[in-house]
Amino acid sequence: MAPTLEDSVTSPASEALNAPLKSAPALVAPEPEHCPGPESQQAGKGDACAGCPNQQICATAPKGPDPDIPIITERLRGVKRKVLVLSGKGGVGKSTFSSLLAWGFAGQARKGKIQKPKTELENGSAHNLEVQAPEEHDEDMEDEEDEEKEITVGLMDADITGPSIPKMLGVDNETIHVSSSGWSPVWVSDTLCTMSIQFMLPSRDDAVIWRGAKKNGLIKKFLMDVEWGGLDLLLVDTPPGTSDEHLSVNSYLKEGGVDGAVLVTTPQEVALLDVRKEIDFCRKAGIKILGVVENMAGFVCPNCRHQSQIFKPTTGGARRLCKEEGLKFLGSVPLDPRIGMACDYGERFGEAYPDSPASKAIDEVVRGVGKAVGIEFED
Amino acid sequence: MPLDNVKKIILVLSGKGGVGKSSVTTQLALTLSLQGHSVGVLDVDLTGPSIPRFFGCEGEKVQQAPGGLIPVQVHPAGSTTIPAVAKEKADKTNSTTETSTEEKQFSYGPLTCLSLAFILSSRSTAVIWRGPKKTAMVRQFLTSTLWAYTPPTATSSSTPPTPLDYLLIDTPPGTSDEHISLLETLLKETTSAQLAGAVVVTTPQAISISDVKKELNFCAKTGLRVLGVVENMAGYVCPCCGEVANVFSKGGGEVMAREFGVKFLGSVPLDPAFVALVEEGRRPVYEVIGAGGEENGDEQEEVEEEEKPREKDPGLLVEKYTSCSLYPVFEGIVKEVLADIASREGEV
Repeated sequence: MAPTLEDSVTSPASEALNAPLKSAPALVAPEPEHCPGPESQQAGKGDACAGCPNQQICATAPKGPDPDIPIITERLRGVKRKVLVLSGKGGVGKSTFSSLLAWGFAGQARKGKIQKPKTELENGSAHNLEVQAPEEHDEDMEDEEDEEKEITVGLMDADITGPSIPKMLGVDNETIHVSSSGWSPVWVSDTLCTMSIQFMLPSRDDAVIWRGAKKNGLIKKFLMDVEWGGLDLLLVDTPPGTSDEHLSVNSYLKEGGVDGAVLVTTPQEVALLDVRKEIDFCRKAGIKILGVVENMAGFVCPNCRHQSQIFKPTTGGARRLCKEEGLKFLGSVPLDPRIGMACDYGERFGEAYPDSPASKAIDEVVRGVGKAVGIEFED
Repeated sequence: MPLDNVKKIILVLSGKGGVGKSSVTTQLALTLSLQGHSVGVLDVDLTGPSIPRFFGCEGEKVQQAPGGLIPVQVHPAGSTTIPAVAKEKADKTNSTTETSTEEKQFSYGPLTCLSLAFILSSRSTAVIWRGPKKTAMVRQFLTSTLWAYTPPTATSSSTPPTPLDYLLIDTPPGTSDEHISLLETLLKETTSAQLAGAVVVTTPQAISISDVKKELNFCAKTGLRVLGVVENMAGYVCPCCGEVANVFSKGGGEVMAREFGVKFLGSVPLDPAFVALVEEGRRPVYEVIGAGGEENGDEQEEVEEEEKPREKDPGLLVEKYTSCSLYPVFEGIVKEVLADIASREGEV
C-alpha cells in the first residue's frame, strides 16, 4: 500500500471546523478510519462510510445545525463576556493563568458598565472582523442596577483528561449538585464559580479514557446543563492542542459569540512553535486573539537574587512573536516557585504575596485582558 | 509488517503537558544511541509535534518508499571521542599529556525519527483534527513506517534490513484518542515481548502529580507495563551562584512511584545548558559551577563575556550531548530501564 499522507494533512481546516453542526447519532460500532465524523454533513456519505455498520444511522440522522446550539446560547445569555485561554503547548501555565485571571477578576469592583470593546483591533487581522458582530445584543441585556457591582466570574475546565482547575482553586473535593434547573457549578467564593470533570470522578485519580466524541458530549453538557447564571465573565481553560475540545467549545459558543482568546506561552522556541499553530487555529476558526502572555520568563534565584533565564527566549520570545503576528503582548510573568506552590495548595497567589514582582505582572495582565473585553476596575 | 522489525517498543507518557516528555524522549534516544543501539523515535503528538525541533531536523521531509514511509535520519551510526571532564582541567594547567588517556572512544548507533511535522507544509500550520482522523494517522504511522529500512544504495542491497533495537514513542498529554489508538494498535500488532512498557514523566508539583496518577491508572487499565517514573525539572542550578532552587518543588515523583508500586527511575534537574544545546546547538560547558560559588563577582563577568562569542558548535547533537550534565543521569535511567526489560525477558 502506498500511504498518502499529504492528502489528509492538506485538506482544508474548514472541514473540521464546520463539522459539529448537527447532533451526534447513537452509533452501533466505533468510527472507522477516515470517518468524516458522525456529526458532519458528510456523515454516511463519505468514502469511508461504505461498509461501515453505522452508515445507515449516520445517513438518516437529521441534518442541519445541532438543535442544542440555540439552547446553549439561551443558557449563556446572562454571561456577558466569554474568553478562552489557549496554548498549543502543554504545561506552559494555561490552568495557572486561568485561575489567576479568575481570582484577579472575581470580586473586583467594576468601573461603570461593561463597555463594548473597541472595534479597532490591535491585532488588525482581517480574519477576526466577522466575530465582532454578536456584540450588539450585549447592550440591551445590561440593566441599570448593574453599575458598581462586584464582578462575578465562571471558570470552565475543558481539559477532560487532565483537569487541574479544581485543585488550583482549592475545591478538588467538591461534587456537583443537580437540581431541576440544571447542574450547579461549584462556588469557590461569592463571586467565583467553576465546573470541571474532576468533580464527577468517583476517585480523584481515575483516568478518563475517552475518545473525542465523548469529550465533546461532556463539553456540551457543561455549557448547556450548567446553571452559569448572570456572570460577567466566563473563562474557558482548554487542554493543549488544536483538536476536539477546541473545535467543540468554539462551535457551541459561536452563535452566542466568543469575545476572544488569551494565548499563554513560555519564552523558548519549542513552546512558541506550538503557539504559532494555535494562532493559525484561532485565525481559521475566527476567534479574536486578545493577546499573548509570556509565562515563566526569567527566574530570580532566591539565594543571590540574580535573574537567569531557565527557558531562554532564543528566538526573541513572545514579544517578537507578537510583533511578527501583529498581536498584543499582554505581559511577561516571571517564574516564581511560590506561584506553583500556591496552585498546589489552592491558595490565592495575589493575596498571599501582593508585593512580589510576579503579582504585579499578573495584575497588569488581568487589567490588560479586562481592557480588551471592556471590563475596567475601580482602583 | 513493519513493526516486526522493531525489537523493543518503549512509550513515553504523561498525563500533564509540558513536563518534558519530548525532552526525556530525546535524551533517552541519545543515550540509547550512545550505547550502540539503533534507535527510532515516533512522535504521535499530532497537534504539537516537538521532536523535530529537539533533534534539529525541522526542515526535513518524509520520503515514501514502496511499502511505507522512511523515517528521517538524525544521525547514522558512527563513533566519537568524548572529551572527558578531566581534560578541561588538564588544559588549564597546560599539561596535555594526561588528556589522551582521559578521552573515551564511543561508537553510537543510528538514530531516526518520524513526526507529523515532517509532512506539514509550514511549521506554523495548525493541525485541526478531530478524533477519528487522529486515530487513522496514528495507525498509519505505526503500521507503515519502515524503521528498518536500508536504502537501495547500500553496498549489499540483497541483505535484509537490520531490525531496529528500540522504538521510542513520544505521546501528547492526556488519555484520549492518540493514546487509545496507540495502545489498540500496539496490542494488536506486536507481541508482548516487543512492547516493553512505558516510561512515565512528571514534574514534582502536586498539580502535575495528580494528572500523572491518572496516566498510571490508564496504564493499569490497559495492561501496559510501567517501566518507571522520571521526575523532570527537579531543581534548577543557578548559573550564577550554583544554588539549587526547587522551582517546581521536589520529591513528588518518588512519593507517587512508591504509592503506585512502580519503580522510580530518577530526578532530572533543569539544565539551561541542555536548552541551549537544543535551541542553539551549543556544546554544554560547566566550568563556572564546578569552580565553586564563592567568587561571585569574577564569575558573573566570565559568564556574560562568554554568552556572546559562542555560536553553534560544530558536530552532531549526539556528540555534543555527551558533555551535558544530564547525560550521566540518563545513563543511569537507561541502565535501569534496560535491566528491567532484560529481567522480564528472563521471566518469560
